[in-house]
Amino acid sequence: MASLALPLPGRRAFRPGGSWIIPPAAVLGALFFYPLALILGESFAGGKGAATLLNYASVLTSVQFASALWHTVVIALLATAGCLALGLVLSLILAFIPFPGSRVLARVIDTFIALPTFLMALAFTFIYGTAGILNASLMQALHLGLPPLDFLYSQWGVILAEVTVYTPFVMRPLLAAFSLVERAEIEIASSLGAGAFRIMRQIILPAAVPALLAGGSLCLLLTTNEFGIVLFIGAKGVVTLPLLIYTKAIQEFDYTSACVLAVINVCLSLSLYSLYRATLSWFGGRSAGLV
Amino acid sequence: MAEAVLGHPAAAPGLSVPFIGPDAARRGIGYEGIAVAYKGTIVLADFTLAVRPGEIMALIGPSGSGKTTALRVTAGFVRPLRGRVHIGGRDVTDLPPYARSIGMVVQNYALFPHMPAYENVAFGLRARGAQEATIREQVAACLRMVGMESFAKRYPRELSGGQQQRVAIARALAIRPEVLLLDEPLSALDAQIRLTMLEELSRLHRSLPTLTVIYVTHDQTEALTLADRIGIMRDGRLVALGDCQGLYRRPPNRFAAEFLGRANLLPVTVEAEDAASGLARVRFGAASLMVRRNPEATAGQAALLCIRPHDLRLEPPGPSANSLAASVSEVRWKGDLHDIGFEIGGHRLRLTAAPLRTPPEAGALVNCYFAPEDATLIPEERRG
Ligand SMILES: Nc1ncnc2c1ncn2[C@@H]1O[C@H](COP(=O)(O)OP(=O)(O)OP(=O)(O)O)[C@@H](O)[C@H]1O
Ligand SMILES: [Mg+2]
Repeated sequence: MASLALPLPGRRAFRPGGSWIIPPAAVLGALFFYPLALILGESFAGGKGAATLLNYASVLTSVQFASALWHTVVIALLATAGCLALGLVLSLILAFIPFPGSRVLARVIDTFIALPTFLMALAFTFIYGTAGILNASLMQALHLGLPPLDFLYSQWGVILAEVTVYTPFVMRPLLAAFSLVERAEIEIASSLGAGAFRIMRQIILPAAVPALLAGGSLCLLLTTNEFGIVLFIGAKGVVTLPLLIYTKAIQEFDYTSACVLAVINVCLSLSLYSLYRATLSWFGGRSAGLV
Repeated sequence: MAEAVLGHPAAAPGLSVPFIGPDAARRGIGYEGIAVAYKGTIVLADFTLAVRPGEIMALIGPSGSGKTTALRVTAGFVRPLRGRVHIGGRDVTDLPPYARSIGMVVQNYALFPHMPAYENVAFGLRARGAQEATIREQVAACLRMVGMESFAKRYPRELSGGQQQRVAIARALAIRPEVLLLDEPLSALDAQIRLTMLEELSRLHRSLPTLTVIYVTHDQTEALTLADRIGIMRDGRLVALGDCQGLYRRPPNRFAAEFLGRANLLPVTVEAEDAASGLARVRFGAASLMVRRNPEATAGQAALLCIRPHDLRLEPPGPSANSLAASVSEVRWKGDLHDIGFEIGGHRLRLTAAPLRTPPEAGALVNCYFAPEDATLIPEERRG
């Protein structure tokens, strides 16, 4: 009987030996962990050799850091809120109020995900910039000497650009969630006497909650780390963490502070990413097959 | 008899006059000349039917024949191109679904997944602004009616198919509709539960005798078991209508004969009719047969003779029985019955009988018999 349990000769199970792990580990180490370790080391040692927390103390207490953290958080939160609101409205229209070309439009919005983010910032300067189309036509139409709109070179310009760029990241999961809401559910709800508002609140939105949370936390992560848009718009006084790292390292050659900031930024990103994963797995596990 | 031929192409033009009475017929559900098209394709054509208040009307027909479309027109999800719909004496053609006093159950139930059973059933009452006390009472009563009172807190995903089905019925009934529309409600269930649910639906209807039910199915057994009357649909038209027995025993056309139950169909020529005895003499090949007369198949006309497999016998059922010489082509024993295939002049016939002690052998020449009243004449289909 015992022989039944033995593996058949010549059909040995594939058992990866310990040596298999070396090549991927080496590549990962060389490309990823080593630079990270250098940054981490630099942030503590600061070129002086002995590990110290003094670098952190001086960066964390600086006005520059406080201002950058504040801008990062405010811009990320407002942009994410904007993405959620705009994404929800657009997805609802695209999914439930079919109009000619709505599918094509959904595709086009979807391809925005593939575009580099700073492109939108560039396009915005052409449209809303001081010499952009909008200002030029307004000046001509209203006989003004100065461009009337200058929101672009402020926090609001950054937020508007980020909302435009990242809304598709919310719409993609939302449209997927809406496509799973059965038409029959909506029909039956309306035959039972529910109006559009009740159907939205009790049938459609509950189905969209996981998508909103997942899309929202992804947006939060991406907007926290956004660099291209902030740099391209170049709004006066709007310095976020990634931009501050760039300024410290490239313009002020203060590598130690740049490394400290980088470590803080990485920690922030990783915690947001865990939030995103946790949201996904919580809903994936809780209502598998439902969302 | 008059009813069995309704919907027959020849009878169709005269249908609407005697059929839709001024009020009595409109009290249940009345359809008058409904036409529906999707993107230019007609999927429901001149659909005219009166469902009596409190009756269960089964609509059967092959896939794509327009059964669901007929239900959706009733519910108000589809606007007909032409025609009027009446429910409970009101013209509801221009009313929105919620104002039509209908409850609907669809094939996959479409329960609201984010609400427990209780809230699913309460949904319609809440939407209509009922008092909390009324809701509690009414929801409990509806859940009790379908035997689901102990599952009130469960979410749809925590219920079996049969249980979801019951909740869907309770949800439809909670708003106390005059009409219950059921679209293949049992098709997602396995055979065992289907039988139980059929019985429960009958019981439910006995406890709500004023509820008018339209039951769409492609399963003839469900229709025969549950319905008071059956309408058979084909290509967007109602091609036959009648009470279950009448429609089964006297199918008005070939399609109805073959769709509802199994049928032996033989081409015959009507030779003579005798109105007094209600019989007619027909010729099938060399044989002369006495069958029940059909006023629509007059002497000299070609017709089809319909004999159900269980009406064919190996022993004469009476002194006036017809007899046909046939050769046995196959004999199959199926436990509770024998299924025997015959060949007569190039036509194949089936006979089913309670298990025989000495069944005929394949290849044997035998006589098979049928009583005149068990054979129905179907007039030859007129085209165009
Ligand atoms: N939304 C729609 N758009 C276009 N054509 C449709 C639509 N709904 C139904 N049809 C067509 O209308 C015809 C009738 O459909 P219907 O759903 O009423 O058939 P059915 O009798 O219920 O069939 P089944 O037994 O398969 O459910 C079919 O040919 C179908 O293809
Ligand atoms: Mg259908």
